[in-house]
Amino acid sequence: MARPKLEPKKHRRLPISDKVFKIGATLAGVYVLLMIALLVFQLVSESYPIWEEEGLSFIVGTDWNAVEDRESFGALPYILGTLVTAALAMAIGVPLSLGIAMFISDAPAKIGGPLGFLVELLAAVPSVIYGLWGLFVFRIYFKDWIEIPLHNTFGDSIWLFSGKPFGLDIITASVILAIMIIPTVSAVSREVMKAVPQQQKEAAYMLGATKWEMFRLAVFPYSKTGLIGASILGLGRAVGETMAVTMLIGNATGIAAIPSSFFKPSQTMSSIIANEFVEASPASLHLPALIGVALVLLLVAIVINVIAHILVTRMLKVKEGAINN
Amino acid sequence: MTTTLERRQEYRALFKSNVAKRLVVDKVVRIIVFACVIIAIIPLGSILVEVFKNGIAAISFEFLTETPGAIGSGEGGIGPAIQGTLIIIGLASLIGVPIGVMSGIYLAEYGDNKLARSIRFFNDVFMEFPSIVLGIFAFLVIVLILGHFSVWAGAFALSLIMFPIVARTTEESLKMVPITYREAGTALGLKKWIITFRIVISAAKSGMITGILLSISRIGGETAPLIMTILGSSQFFSSMDVPMDALPLRIWRLSLLPYDSAQLQGWGSALVLIIIILGINLGVRYYFANKKGNGIIGRLIKAGVTRQK
Repeated sequence: MARPKLEPKKHRRLPISDKVFKIGATLAGVYVLLMIALLVFQLVSESYPIWEEEGLSFIVGTDWNAVEDRESFGALPYILGTLVTAALAMAIGVPLSLGIAMFISDAPAKIGGPLGFLVELLAAVPSVIYGLWGLFVFRIYFKDWIEIPLHNTFGDSIWLFSGKPFGLDIITASVILAIMIIPTVSAVSREVMKAVPQQQKEAAYMLGATKWEMFRLAVFPYSKTGLIGASILGLGRAVGETMAVTMLIGNATGIAAIPSSFFKPSQTMSSIIANEFVEASPASLHLPALIGVALVLLLVAIVINVIAHILVTRMLKVKEGAINN
Repeated sequence: MTTTLERRQEYRALFKSNVAKRLVVDKVVRIIVFACVIIAIIPLGSILVEVFKNGIAAISFEFLTETPGAIGSGEGGIGPAIQGTLIIIGLASLIGVPIGVMSGIYLAEYGDNKLARSIRFFNDVFMEFPSIVLGIFAFLVIVLILGHFSVWAGAFALSLIMFPIVARTTEESLKMVPITYREAGTALGLKKWIITFRIVISAAKSGMITGILLSISRIGGETAPLIMTILGSSQFFSSMDVPMDALPLRIWRLSLLPYDSAQLQGWGSALVLIIIILGINLGVRYYFANKKGNGIIGRLIKAGVTRQK
C-alpha cells in the first residue's frame, strides 16, 4: 500500500513578537561584524593623511619627529620593537607554559587543580599593576641579579649584551610580557593536551614508556597543531599588550628605539600610542601618524590571532571527532 | 639457537644502562616541569605580597575618599578614581551586557548557519584586539566628533572589550541547557522569546553571571583605552562631558611621578584595584566554578577570555 504522501506544509507563521526577537538577536550578533568594519574604516580614513604624506616610508622609515615644520614619521623602530619584545616573550614564556601544561594535565587533580588555578590568577592581575610591580620591584632585582652579571661577562664580546644595564629596557619588558602570556598559553595548551585520547597514552605506557616518553610519543605529535596555536595566541597577546610595556621599555623614540641590544630602551607600537596620543594635536600629522601605527598594530594582531584561532579550533575539533568514534 | 651466557650478560648490561638512562631523563624532565610551575607562581606571590605590604600603609579613610592633593605633597587621596572606576564599569555594562547577551542568544538559539559561524569566529578574534586600538576607535567616533572628552567614549571603549566575552559565555551556558527544556516550553505553546527568557536563561543564569562578572573584572583593570577617552582628572565626577578619573589611570599617573609619596599612593591605589578585581574573580570562581574544570570556567579558558590587557 502506498504511503499517504506528505504534503509539504506551509510553515506556521511566527508570531510577531518572535520575529522581533529574532531580528533583535541577529542584529546584536551582527554588531561585532559592524564594529570591526567601522573600526577598520575609521583607522584607515583617519590615518589617510599620513599614508599620503609618507607613503611606504611610514613603515620603513626610522625618523620620528613631531616638531612643527620638521615633521617626519617613520614607524619602523616601533614595529621592530613590538616584534622583538613579543618574540623574546615567546622564547621565555612558551617553554615555561608548556612545562606548566604538562604538569597540570598529568598531575592528580588535588595538586594540579590548585596550581592551575594559581597560574590562571596571573591573568587576573591588571596590566598596570604588572607595570607598577615591574617598575618598583622586579626591575631592581632583575638589574642587579641578571643584567649586570650578564653584562660584565659578555658585554664586550657579544653585542646582545652591550649597553649599560638600567632595568628599563627590552629584556625587562619582554620578561614581564612572558609572565603575562603564561596563563593564556598554558591554559590553552592544557586543554589541547587533555584532548589527546587516553588510549594513546595508555598505549605508550604499555610499550614501557616513561612519563616523559609518553609525552614525547603520544601527546606532542598528536597535539602539535594545537600547541603551536596556543603559542601564537600568546604572541597575539604579547603584541597588543600596552601598559606594562609602556612603563618598562624605557620609551626611546626614533632611530634610538631600534632594538639592537637586550639592555637598550626601545618602544613598541602600543607604547608609542599610549605615550604620545594625548599630546598629539589633531591639526598636525602627529595624530594621523599614531592612528597609522594603530592600524599597523591592528593588522599584525588580526593576522596572528586568525592563524592561532584556526589552529586551536582545528585541534579541538579533532578531539571531538576522536571521542565520538 | 641459544645465546651464550656472555651474550646474555651483555644484553642485560645494555638493557640496564638503557633503562637507567631513560629513568634519569624522566626524572630530570619531571623536575624541570615542576620548576616551570614554581617559576610562574613566584611573580604572582611577589606581586600580591608587594601590593599588600606597600599598599596597606597608604590606606586610610582620607585616602579612599578625598581628591588628590598637590603633586608630590603626599596629601589627598583617590576618591575620584574609585568613583570613576565604578561609574565607567556601570556605564560599560549598560552598553555591553545587553548586546552581549542578545548576541549570545543569537549564537546559541539561531547559530547554526554561515552567518553565525562567521560571527562566532570574528567575535573570538575581536576579543583579542589590542585594547588600545579600541580606545582609539572610541576616540575617533565619539571624542573627535563631539569635540571634547567624554565619559561615554570610555564606557563605549570598555563595552567593546566586554560584549564579546559576555556573548561567548552566554552562548556556552545556553548551550548547556538541555534541549528538553526548550521542547517542554514549546509543548506548552509558549513563544520562542518567552521560552528563551523565562526558561532557558533562568536555567543558564549562573554561567551567564559568571561571564558578566569576569568581563567586569577584566574591564575594571583596563588602562590603555581610558587614556584617550576619559583622560584622567583630579576632580569628582561632575558631568558626562568632562574628563574623569579611574583607578588604573591614577596608578599609571602616580607611577610616573618621581616622589616617594606618589609611589606610596600608587601602591595604595593598586591595593584597592587588586582587591576589587581579584575579589570579583575569586568570588566568581568560588561560587560558580565547576571543580572538574570542564564547567563554565574551563569553557571560558578554552574561549580564551580570562586574560587582562
